[in-house]
Amino acid sequence: MPVAVEGIYGMIAEFDTPSDLVRAAQAAYNAGWRRMDCYTPYPVEEAAEAIGFHKNKVSLITLVGGLMGLCAMFSLETWISTLAYPLNIAGRPTYSWPAFIIPAYEWTILFSGLSACFGMLALNGLPSLYHPLFNAPNFRTGATDDKFFLCLESTDPKFDVTETRAFLEAQGPVSVVEVEF
Amino acid sequence: MIDPLTGEFRVIGPGQTFKSVTAKIADIVLTPKLSLGWLAFLAVAGSVATLLLVAVTWLFLKGTGIWAITQPVAWGFAIINFVWWIGIGHAGTLISAILLLFKQGWRNSINRFAEAMTIFAVVCAGMFPLIHVGRPWLGYWLFPLPLTMNVWPQFRSPLLWDVFAVSTYATISVVFWYMGMIPDFGTLRDRAHSKFAQYIYGLASLGWRGSVKHWMRYETASLLLAGLATPLVLSVHTVISFDFAVAVLPGWHTTIFPPYFVAGAIYSGFAMVLTLAIPLRHFYHLENLVTERHIDNMGKVMLGTGGIVAYGYGMEVFMSWYSASHWEFFMMWNRMFGPMGWSYWVLIFCNIAFPLTTLWFRKLRTNIGFMFLISIIVNTGMWFERFVIVVTSLYRDFLPSSWGTYRATKWDYATYVGTLGLFTTLFLLFVRFLPMIPMNEIKMMLPSAKITPKAETTAGAGD
Repeated sequence: MPVAVEGIYGMIAEFDTPSDLVRAAQAAYNAGWRRMDCYTPYPVEEAAEAIGFHKNKVSLITLVGGLMGLCAMFSLETWISTLAYPLNIAGRPTYSWPAFIIPAYEWTILFSGLSACFGMLALNGLPSLYHPLFNAPNFRTGATDDKFFLCLESTDPKFDVTETRAFLEAQGPVSVVEVEF
Repeated sequence: MIDPLTGEFRVIGPGQTFKSVTAKIADIVLTPKLSLGWLAFLAVAGSVATLLLVAVTWLFLKGTGIWAITQPVAWGFAIINFVWWIGIGHAGTLISAILLLFKQGWRNSINRFAEAMTIFAVVCAGMFPLIHVGRPWLGYWLFPLPLTMNVWPQFRSPLLWDVFAVSTYATISVVFWYMGMIPDFGTLRDRAHSKFAQYIYGLASLGWRGSVKHWMRYETASLLLAGLATPLVLSVHTVISFDFAVAVLPGWHTTIFPPYFVAGAIYSGFAMVLTLAIPLRHFYHLENLVTERHIDNMGKVMLGTGGIVAYGYGMEVFMSWYSASHWEFFMMWNRMFGPMGWSYWVLIFCNIAFPLTTLWFRKLRTNIGFMFLISIIVNTGMWFERFVIVVTSLYRDFLPSSWGTYRATKWDYATYVGTLGLFTTLFLLFVRFLPMIPMNEIKMMLPSAKITPKAETTAGAGD
């Protein structure tokens, strides 16, 4: 098994159109590559499908967050209204659960919304102050503008400087660049 | 108007590429020049916002007695403006969340600044209840905090529900807005020439690099936030309408209030989006991104929500007769023909008579000048709707001996006009320093974003 070459993060190929990227990503996946990623200026679902990234955990985190918000507010209201500070409001029962639903509903949304956003960022490993990809000279000028990149990472057991380059060149890219750490 | 490549109605002008979209939107922000027009607008809006600062300072020094609120009208401009501003904000959430769920691609051009409008409207709205409480430095008593006094809020009151509804709404709107801008901050970081801009946008982008794995999680989170913001936006104005509907006062005590408030909110919000979008597309030459189709569609949404509002007005009148309640009947008579009856007719003209007769015609809906005019008229009308609900229900209640009137003071006007200045100032800063149209969402809609099999591309390209 070839060992990842010291000091290289991966090899990126630049493409002009999303269709070229999706084809190349599919070819790499079919050739047995697994540690790879595509970089696009807008979400390209087909590229994610091509590299075998089908589902993510954001929905689960959101669900858990929402349930936490629901329980937190409903129990806070129950505790305050029945134990901590019971108030007689026009003879209504201290445990007026229909009235408690509304703040609990709001906090369900609050907690699940915050979980969705921060969960997404945490799963993405963001915020991050440094990433080796930005060392590639053509990445900064294109990845967030109008270019599409496929990166085969050096941690993949198939990675080999010459063979990977040859493989990427065969996919018809604009250029292939080594990315150093 | 049909695009031959996609076979769909064109929402973006022809000839746009990924590069031209980035250049168009990013360069508005990244240009080192300060345009004189922008500075002039900022100077005017800033001075009007200063009026708010003066009014609020005087209020803190003297107390709410400087306003016209007294018995019987204890809720004056503060509540009117609160409801009006929150309502304006709702269209932003509707555009960014509900239209996303309905896959209305045309919304992509207008959702960012509509969301910004939401946030700035909530800033203006949220201030009013806080300064209305009289001792704003004790505003934190609204929240369930373990204070040494051992006093807790009363959870059966709609006014407390408001605290949670509005604070959640503000938080979720900011999160949704910021999350939407992260990829665009990445673009700005990579495109900026000055070190300072690279540093600031780099920090704001949180290190976004456009990995498709990130994009997929990001898309899931956006969809979830949209799905959450939709019931949220409906609940916020519903809870606000409970402030009125839970009371036993004639004119407030009706079950139609929640849907009628929400429809009214969206009606005025779309009017405000038009008020902002029409000058923006003109001054920043965005006619290819915010096209006549957008203006036309917003006109249609206003026609629909305006219809619901009209139904609400009709039902209020019908119920005041059908309820056979003397008090309800008097309230409606007084609202239409009493000393402040003029305000009811202003509202009927601005919200029903004028827009709902003219918005039916596509010719008028795509007439930019006319749509700008109608947006101002509807916003005026919706302000008067809140005025009518708050004031005309309160100033003549059950006992003629307790009747009074309401005459807003100069501080009421200064505070209200000041929030208009604050809103405009914030919006001007937004269009100068933040990407006002989401670049990635526009790129997604371009014909070149369609994934095609290899055979077709080579045959089509011919080289």
